[in-house]
Amino acid sequence: MTGLLGPHAGFILASYAITLAVIAGLILWVRADHRAQRARLAELEARGVRRRSAAARGEAAAATATAAPEPRP
Amino acid sequence: MSDAPTERAAPLLAPLAALYRRELRLAVRIGGGGFMGVLFFLIVVTVFPFAVGPDMNLLARLGPAVLWIAALLATLLGLDRLFEADRDDGALDIIVGSGQPLELVVLVKCLAHWTATGLPLVLATPFFALFLAMEPLVIGATMLTLAVGTPALTFIGAIGAGLTVSLRRGGLLLAVLVLPFAVPVLIFGVSAAGAPALDPAPFATPFLLLCALTLATLVLAPIAAAAALRSGLD
Amino acid sequence: MFQRLTALANPTRFLGLVERLGPWLVGLTLALFAVGLYGSLVLAPPDYQQGETVRIMFIHVPAAWLAMFTYALMAVSALGTLVWRHPLADVSAKAAAPLGAAFTFLALVTGSLWGKPMWGTWWIWDARLTSVLVLFIMYLGLIALWRTIEDPTRAARLAAILILVGTVNLPIIKFSVDWWNTLHQPASVMRLDGPTIDPSMLWPLLVMALAFTSLLTTLHLYAMRNEILRRRIRSLGLAAAAGTAS
Repeated sequence: MTGLLGPHAGFILASYAITLAVIAGLILWVRADHRAQRARLAELEARGVRRRSAAARGEAAAATATAAPEPRP
Repeated sequence: MSDAPTERAAPLLAPLAALYRRELRLAVRIGGGGFMGVLFFLIVVTVFPFAVGPDMNLLARLGPAVLWIAALLATLLGLDRLFEADRDDGALDIIVGSGQPLELVVLVKCLAHWTATGLPLVLATPFFALFLAMEPLVIGATMLTLAVGTPALTFIGAIGAGLTVSLRRGGLLLAVLVLPFAVPVLIFGVSAAGAPALDPAPFATPFLLLCALTLATLVLAPIAAAAALRSGLD
Repeated sequence: MFQRLTALANPTRFLGLVERLGPWLVGLTLALFAVGLYGSLVLAPPDYQQGETVRIMFIHVPAAWLAMFTYALMAVSALGTLVWRHPLADVSAKAAAPLGAAFTFLALVTGSLWGKPMWGTWWIWDARLTSVLVLFIMYLGLIALWRTIEDPTRAARLAAILILVGTVNLPIIKFSVDWWNTLHQPASVMRLDGPTIDPSMLWPLLVMALAFTSLLTTLHLYAMRNEILRRRIRSLGLAAAAGTAS
């Protein structure tokens, strides 16, 4: 491979390697950050902390369920 | 009651080790670790060529001096938060009244501050030396002198931090107060760092004097800073 | 187009968009990179002067282009924060900053790796390299600003102001650095009389530029999603604390 890339093959390979490393680093950082936020969100949900809109939906659903338990086939 | 020396020493070391860990954690979480120091270091190194001009040979000769001045400024200007954060939330009064010898507390805080800010500067030196086209030997010498010299700068700065902790705009005053004490460290540091480039110039003599300075400030600075803290607080 | 922008103001709808659009963008990025890399590494001929090292151009130029493009993206977001008060504008700027810094770093490193065989040194204080270095410091400064301010809304306004000040200063820095010293090869793609490089090298370069841009868009959308989740968690935490306290 290096023969193919001429005398300065090292520099070409190094620059492509560093580019790959930085891009891979960015992708891993975004994914890891996403997993961390999801985990903390799940933990907050587990502690029963609801968003206003979710809470509203939650009570509405609960109200309809208790008020009119439709006979399900 | 003749407990072995280690037990007697343990009550002294344990709280100080805990303080060291606390300081490190605070420095990394709030101060962003060495990020701000290294960024300031990069800025000072970048500014020099704009003033001096892009000529690489000139910059190579000035290399060690630029890196040392950048390290001096980064250390001094980063030290005003050494005691101020604790004074603001009252932790300083607790530490002073905790019965632990204040001198050792100051020493531990300085070491923690150096590990969080001084050490990253030393590790980043080769990268910045590229901007100043310095030869590898000179880069090595500069790193060695910075590794030995920056603790001295932190200790000297701690005296200033102790003096200006209760003042409102302590930062700049701190640098002005202690800059004269940092002059010897700068002289021996730069002459030792630049020695490999000018062959006849000896490396060992200035370097050993720099080590002596660091050891001296390691002892004197905590005593002076502790005295300043005690008198400044009550 | 403006109507759609305001429609996106609602974070939940934006998150839905990211979920739907994300995978397609990832696929597009991979395809573009496959074509671009094949073109630049295999098809493109070596330069008659520089030989094979010209292949570094295929990542150096797109990285430098993205360094500038990301800052322009952040400038528009800053306008969104200050002028149109678009709620997602600051999220976009804060998500873009690390990406911009990374691509600027890439441009500097690949430029230095290209300069070593061609000019004989890793770094020289020449006009374009220096202004890209100053841009890199501006990115790091912005990231430091975001990290030190707790409250997102206050950080948003301060960061937006700093970005706009930066945008105004960029041409001034560029001009003054050029005046200070210029050695870099004159622009060979964006020229009035058309690009001077041979078409056989131009199309891989353009494909690589597209690949990098779509990579940035994908990462930016996903980073914005993370930032929205982080702010939701923060407000939930505060609400919970306030709830238990009252």
